Amino acid sequence: MADAGMLRFHVPEPEVRPGGTPDFSNVTIPKAGSVPRPEVDVDPRTIRDMAFSIIRVLNRAGEAVGPWAGLLTDEELLEGLRHMMTLRTFDTRMQMAQRQGKTSFYMQHLGEEAVSCAFRKALEPGDMNFPTYRQAGLLIADGYPMVAMMNQIYSNEADPLKGRQLPIMYSSKEHGFFSISGNLATQYIQAVGWAMASAISNDSRIAAAWIGDGSTAESDFHAALVFASTYKAPVVLNVVNNQWAISTFQGIARGGSGTFAARGLGFGIPSLRVDGNDYLAVHAVAKWAIDRARRNLGPTLVEYVTYRVGAHSSSDDPSAYRPKAESDAWPLGDPIIRLKNHLIHKEVWTEQRHIQAEAEILEMVIAAQKEAESHGTLHAGGKPSTRDMFEGVYAETPPHLRRQRQQAGV
Amino acid sequence: MIEAIRDAMDVSMARDERVIVYGEDVGFFGGVFRCTQGLQAKYGKNRCFDAPISESGIVGSAIGMAAYGLRPCVEVQFADYVYPAYDQIVSEAARLRYRSNNDFTCPIVVRMPTGGGIFGGQTHSQSPEALFTHVSGLKTVVPSNPHDAKGLLIAAIEDPDPVIFLEPKRLYNGPFDGHHDNPVTPWSKHELGEVADGHYTIPLGKAAIRRQGSAVTVLAYGTMVYVAQAAAAETGIDAEIIDLRTLLPLDLDTIVASVKKTGRCVVVHEATLTSGFGAELAALVQENCFYHLEAPVARVAGWDTPYPHAQEWEYFPGPARVGRALVETMEA
Repeated sequence: MADAGMLRFHVPEPEVRPGGTPDFSNVTIPKAGSVPRPEVDVDPRTIRDMAFSIIRVLNRAGEAVGPWAGLLTDEELLEGLRHMMTLRTFDTRMQMAQRQGKTSFYMQHLGEEAVSCAFRKALEPGDMNFPTYRQAGLLIADGYPMVAMMNQIYSNEADPLKGRQLPIMYSSKEHGFFSISGNLATQYIQAVGWAMASAISNDSRIAAAWIGDGSTAESDFHAALVFASTYKAPVVLNVVNNQWAISTFQGIARGGSGTFAARGLGFGIPSLRVDGNDYLAVHAVAKWAIDRARRNLGPTLVEYVTYRVGAHSSSDDPSAYRPKAESDAWPLGDPIIRLKNHLIHKEVWTEQRHIQAEAEILEMVIAAQKEAESHGTLHAGGKPSTRDMFEGVYAETPPHLRRQRQQAGV
Repeated sequence: MIEAIRDAMDVSMARDERVIVYGEDVGFFGGVFRCTQGLQAKYGKNRCFDAPISESGIVGSAIGMAAYGLRPCVEVQFADYVYPAYDQIVSEAARLRYRSNNDFTCPIVVRMPTGGGIFGGQTHSQSPEALFTHVSGLKTVVPSNPHDAKGLLIAAIEDPDPVIFLEPKRLYNGPFDGHHDNPVTPWSKHELGEVADGHYTIPLGKAAIRRQGSAVTVLAYGTMVYVAQAAAAETGIDAEIIDLRTLLPLDLDTIVASVKKTGRCVVVHEATLTSGFGAELAALVQENCFYHLEAPVARVAGWDTPYPHAQEWEYFPGPARVGRALVETMEA
């Protein structure tokens, strides 16, 4: 054998670190409208290249172009814009509330609003999401009461979860939003199980699994893909690639596979990449994947290419690990500005109406916040009872917990 | 006991179409211990099927099914293999009701063969019950005979919360008392080997007194019930032997009443000693019966080593070790 020299250990590094000039020249962005739209019953083997491209609808001129365009009416697009603006304003207010000490923790969506807001509108009532902590747009776009979200964030006396769960870990079966765990990737295989149950029951409802780029490294992600593939479960397997897992760039989880969508190929699962900052593209691809699931064609993996503009959470400071201006250099732009420009281009929206809408939304969010705060915040006002702490561990409280509750004096 | 466990699933599947059974080798073949034999043929592949070798996948998917509204009863081939599913059990199944304030619940059963005595070495012999009793939100059951196994498993399947169902594999074919050189007594020759037809349940959280006695209380479960009986017979000590059946919720009333009567207590389990469930039992006994105790609470357990292969019977807390603890407790 030839002398190959010493073995060398390889640790991937992002292109740029703080102090450097942001550079996304390695991210290939296909032209909007350039990726074909196959029939939903396409042979997955013939569309493997879609795992390495990016489906885009909105071009730089604000036009909706190509085969994935044209699914939404002007009214639906205006509603989508309003949902994204609402989520962003909600985030701003709640992030501020966290800084004011009204809650312990917050996670915002800045830059990723299109993903969950547009996806929700492609689902039917009864479908079930198994979300991570950055898909609150699923609730906002489904009309879940904002005051209830805030009550949960404040862990106040009106918190639907009785103060038991970390802020933003919402739960609403009624709105197709599975209880967020806070552990990563566990919900991915649960979504597949839910979808299997729907198929076993000859139902028509489908499930949507959610995960971030970093957590695809967890074994539960791979278990989910095996089960989804084996049982052809009616599930959409969503991967939100926002480039950063706290301080770890996506290359650490992705390894040598090129894209996260490519993970699906080994399982024979049709795998698509989509511009996650393009409301129209997200909705169109979601609809395609959801149609496949509902028509018994099995799972689809969708990678949303986006960028986490904000910090990971209220406990994180990204300036320690990436250039401050990196988000400005992100080549897919801002989802709200892009949809706004499209609607202005279509002459159904104006700068002035946009400013007016921003003010209206802010007023609405502040009103909701006032109402929520009348029920208390984490450290002030009404809060869930100590008795609430002891309940709901089991359907019926067992003797040892009853004794402990008595010891606690409740 | 295998037939009783199968019968419990059969009865449950017949009564409730939400009951789904799956796991590794569980479908066509009927499980490596044959506990699900015939269920796929009878109920179809929608209700009983083979799963990929992924314990986290099996339990994780079951949690999703339960959230949907089904009642999955899944098999982990050996308790020793449950660890990949531990996160799903601890962080998800156990807490779903609590963290969602009853919005989502998790009525699943995770069955798994537990314990040693079959020369299974360290990967087919463990008794991990304390890893589950330590987790709030779970119920943990260990049957010791076919009659109980059926009634407890049906109760577990009907329970609204997640249940860990540990089946002592050394008891599958008969009441093993630790005398490994003796021929196995089949269940057909044991009164508790008789299993009633049809549906019945044994409530979770109720212990059974297997031997009435006045000298010392033995707290045991699973295989150790028979080891304790052998130890009592061989030492001639009038032990009261309590079969806990359910570790959580625990039937503390039965334990306390017995220890107050006998004034002595020996705790027996096959799992390793340190931080084992016996530590919890000993603590509860001293908290509740301290002024009635005439001797320290003794524990007999597996040594704090991995489960060995060749030294199986030196490891296993057999009748001689339990008998010695009984004698010492009587003399203390």
